[in-house]
Formats: sequence, C-alpha cells, structure tokens
Amino acid sequence: MTDQLSLSPRQRDDLRTVSGMIVPASAEYGVPGADDPTIQADILATLGRDGKLVATALDHLARLAGRPLAELDAKGRDAAAQEFRGAGGAPAGTLVRVVLQCYYRDDRVLRSLGLELRAPFPKGHVLPDGDWSLLDPVKARGGSLRRAP
Amino acid sequence: MKDPVDVLIIGAGASGAAVAWSLAETKMHILCLEQGGWMNPAEYPSTGRDWEAKFYGEWSSSPNIRGRPEDYPVNDDNSPIKVVNYNAVGGSTVMYTAHWPRLHPSDFKVKTLDGVADDWPIEYDALTPFFEENDRMMGTSGLSGDPLSPLTHPPMPQQPLGLSGAIIGKAMNELGWHWWPSDTTVATMDYEGRARCINLGHCTPACAQGAKSSTDITYWPHAIRAGVELRTHCRVREITTDENGMASGVVYYDKDGVEQFQPAHVVIIACNGVGTPRLLLNSKSNRFPNGLANSSGLVGKNLMFHPYAQIYGYVTEPTDSNRAPPTCLWSKQWYDTDPSRGFVRGYGVQFVRGAGPVFEAVVSEQKGILPWGEDHHRVFRKLNGHRLGFSAICEDLPEEHNQVTLDPVLKDSHGIPAPKIDYTISENSRKMMEHALARGREVLETAGATDICINSPIPWGGWHLLGTARMGTDPERSVVNEWGRAHDVKNLFIVDGSIFVTSGGVNPTSTIQALALYIADQMKQRLANLFD
Repeated sequence: MTDQLSLSPRQRDDLRTVSGMIVPASAEYGVPGADDPTIQADILATLGRDGKLVATALDHLARLAGRPLAELDAKGRDAAAQEFRGAGGAPAGTLVRVVLQCYYRDDRVLRSLGLELRAPFPKGHVLPDGDWSLLDPVKARGGSLRRAP
Repeated sequence: MKDPVDVLIIGAGASGAAVAWSLAETKMHILCLEQGGWMNPAEYPSTGRDWEAKFYGEWSSSPNIRGRPEDYPVNDDNSPIKVVNYNAVGGSTVMYTAHWPRLHPSDFKVKTLDGVADDWPIEYDALTPFFEENDRMMGTSGLSGDPLSPLTHPPMPQQPLGLSGAIIGKAMNELGWHWWPSDTTVATMDYEGRARCINLGHCTPACAQGAKSSTDITYWPHAIRAGVELRTHCRVREITTDENGMASGVVYYDKDGVEQFQPAHVVIIACNGVGTPRLLLNSKSNRFPNGLANSSGLVGKNLMFHPYAQIYGYVTEPTDSNRAPPTCLWSKQWYDTDPSRGFVRGYGVQFVRGAGPVFEAVVSEQKGILPWGEDHHRVFRKLNGHRLGFSAICEDLPEEHNQVTLDPVLKDSHGIPAPKIDYTISENSRKMMEHALARGREVLETAGATDICINSPIPWGGWHLLGTARMGTDPERSVVNEWGRAHDVKNLFIVDGSIFVTSGGVNPTSTIQALALYIADQMKQRLANLFD
C-alpha cells in the first residue's frame, strides 16, 4: 500500500505544484498559496488513510503531464490539470480535498477570513436570538393537521 | 455455560436504550449487548483544530469510509443512497443532526387516506404518551403550538433564530408558506446533567458539550443505575432457537473476539433497518431456513430511506455558517397529499444554517462553483459564511424490491456476512423530489440567493433505515405484530426503525423511540402471558 511516507520526490513536487494551481498565493488577500511549505508539510503529515488515493492521483497527473508538472508551461499545466480534474475520479477528488482541508485550517488563511484560530470547543459561539415576531404571520394563518377518518 | 438472562437486548442505540430503561422497572435481569463501546467526548471532532477534516475519515457518517473496528461493512453499490450510521453506546444518536419531528397522525393511515402502501396496525394516539415521555428523557427544545405539526411540549425553549433563520423566515413569509422553529434534542438550557448548547456548530459528528442528546448520556445512565447490564464490544452473530421454535439466546463475539453463547428468556432486537434484517437473515436453522421470523418472506424487504432533495445557495448577507447547530427551522407546507402535485404523500423540510470553511471549499470545488487559480480567493469569500440550505425529506413508500439481503462475499471482521442493499428511487419519489427542488429554489431566490446547487438525492444520505421487518396484524404481510412481537417466535421482539410500515416525511428517531417505549409498555402489561 502506498502511503504518505512513500510519496516519491517527484510526487511531492507535483503535489506542491498542483496545490499552488488550486490555491495560489494572493497579495491582495495577504494569504499564502497551498504550495506554501507549512501547508505542504501539514498535507504530508496528515495524509493518513488518504495516502493511497492521493498517490494514485499523482501518478495519474504525472502520466497526463509526461514530465514534472512544474516544467510545463502555463498552458500545458492548465491542460493537464483540467483533464486531471475532469477524469480523475475519486483519487483526484481526494487530492483536492486534502489540499483544501489543510489550506483552510492554516492560521494565516483563517486570519485573513476573520476566523478565530481555535477549535469550536470549549468556547463555542454566540448566536443572536433574532426577531421572533417574524413568526406572527404563520401563527395568524394557522392551519390544521390532516386526520384519518 | 452462562446463566440465562430474562431479557437480552441487541443494540444500545436509540431504541435499545429506551426499551432497556423502560423495562428496568420490572427488576428482571436485563442484559444489552452492543458491538461498539462507550464514547469519549474529549475525543469528539469539535475539540480539535482539524474538526472538519475528521468528517472525511474517522468521523465519516459512512461505516464503509469510517471503518472503525466497531463498524460492519455494507455493500450499497446497488443503491443511489448510501447507508450511514454509527456503532457505539448511543448508536446513531451519537451522530445525527438532532432534528426532532415526529410522524403525523395521518402517517399511520396512508392506505385509508391515499390508497397507497398499508395502514399501520396502531394509531398515532397510542404513541402520544410515549412521545411525551421520550421528549422528557431525551430533553427536547422547541416552541409548542405549530399549527401544522402534532402538538408537542418541549421542556426547553427553541434554539435562537440566528442570522440564517431570520433570512429564511422572511423569505417564507413573503411566499406565504409555513415555517416553524424545529423541535430538536439540543439542550438550550442546562437539563438533567447536560450543559446547554454553546453553538459548537458541528453537531452531527457528536457534541463535545453534551448539549445534543444521545442515549449514552440520557437513557443509559438511568438504565444502568436501575440495574440493566450493558456489555460493550460484543457483536451478535445469530439468535438461536430451541426445539419449540422459541428464541433461546444469542451467539456473539466478545471484546476479545471469543465466541460466546448467552441464553435468554426474551430477546429484543434494536439494530435498526439494516442491522436487524441482517441479524435475522443470519439466524438460519432447520426450523427457520429462510432466516428467523421470516415466514412472510418480508424480512429485509420494503427498505425505506427517505430520499433527500437538497438545494442550497448563497446570500449576500452573512449566515450562521458553522457557528450554530446546522438545523433550525422546519416546514410542513408540503407534508400532506395534494393530488394537483402529481404524486401522493409529501415531504417535510429542514432548513440548514450553513457550513464551515473546509466543507464549503471542498463541496464548492466539487460543484464547480469554486475555481482553481487566481479567482479562488474572491469566490471563496463570496461563498463562505453565506450559505443557506433547504432539504426535503421525501416520504419513501414501501416497495419489496428495495431490500436488505446478505452479501455472498462481503463479511465483517468476525466473518459474519455483511448486508447488501438493493434500492431504487420510485417514480413517485422522483416527482416529489422535483417538486421540492422547485419550491426550494423559490425560497432561495426570494431570499436573494445565487449560485444555487442541488444534491438530489444526497448520496450519503441513508440516515433513516426503515421498514425491513414491518409490523402488522397479518402474519403473511408483516414480521412483527402490533406490539412488536415476531409472529413466528413468541419471545422475540423488534423495537427499531425496521418495524415502520411507512416512513412519513420526517426524521424518524423520535418515533422509533416512542415505539420502543410503547412496546416495552405492552410487554410490561403482558408479563404474565407474554408468550401466549
């Protein structure tokens, strides 16, 4: 079984390149890309049960690219990526999901979204009670339950 | 050889816990065997920064993805809806949304009212006291007085309307359609040792706060204090019978994997709509060659899932996102049959407040509305924290070809044949789903939503597992009688969702537990002649 420990240097390079294609860095939003070393390290460290499918996806991507993804020009990379996402099935979906789930828990990214850097528990969140007079028309309209004869 | 117990319950989930607690007052020796273990809330996903990622792995709602040692595999390749469940003390109440409607009175008379399926052998009113008792035990919150739902008396006030609820309420008012705050099993105040909800937002895969009711923290502590024995990590392989055709006990594998035999005077199955037929079909013998309690041939037949038609979109104003329990409101506008719609029966609606950032990114990328590349960040900020959802729970009518059988190849970790699902969505359900999606679109567009997406059915939406050992008065057309006793085996009872005759258009757990309490009550009234 292939897992994260057996990702080859070439696979790691392609993973980094495709991650940056999915989510590139943005100066406008002040966020790193998913090819950032910290995020890549998180992906590799937490691949776990997804390792096999991610490796399969990277093998598929390598076949489509024919050479290291980073060595293709922009047009070639985009073409390979498009075919990969369109025809890659569950392995491609898993790779993208793994990239996004690590990207959207990175401190810098969460900060830029205005989200707190914490687990939900134990602090939780405050929810506004809201204006329950909105329910008045429903109460006024009434209604009745359908009953059996 | 172990000493026989008076009552042996298989499964410690929603119904097993309720029936154990209710029967405890008899002071009989009651033993429950559960294939899972006790949960540790300190390990629940919402205690960690990777809370969302866990839902794709060890906390997946699918046993096939999750693959914990306590799980058994399910071959659901031949079904557009995949089975989801949880195996532990508390069962699938550990992993559910806590949405708490109950069947309507009309749901028990669908043949009489609409000429389809069959009437139940009992009426809603027979369950009323048990609904009330169960709501107190589980601890429900809500607002009494919904004109289009059965009258309930939740002991706690409803959840806050929040940002999402207000947007939905305004849109529904503009359209003149019914909505109401959902009854839920989320504690909105401290209740019976449970702390109130603090909006962890990630309710479905277990509540670290303990605000969401699950039977490991509601019924079971009471049942155990009353003397019920609960043996965990014990997976039952088969129910045995004696020379008189009565259940004599069960063969199970203990926590060390050692085969054991536990004799019992009464056996109660509480494994729900997939686990129960699997166990009965695995309990073949010379006397019961087609599986136990299966003279009707209906064990495993008539599986009902509730196909979910889900539609969601994005509004410009912020929604509650992951900062609240996911469900907040329901609608019964389309619950009852209206011949002009082109289908019989109807659906309940549960509105969804929003989603967390990882889920939003992953799902939106899959749907093709969140692009790769430069525009990813702008689009994500438009979507994240702005989602509203409309989920229609469509009544699934019983059809014998929708079924649970035993897979000829697939087995669990103890070598026990796994269940195989064959299921198709009926034409009536498809029309109902289309109707629901059209109504949902109207609601979302009235709320100003764009980027509208559809999941119909929700593929991993087989939460509700019903109908595979239906109740009835005719032994040729049902598996158990009107008080849960198997027609064929007079000391065998079933108390879970498999005994549903029809599915209604609402989440079933409240009704499953009310049925379990009702059957326990019937048993207690008949203790002197239970086997007559």
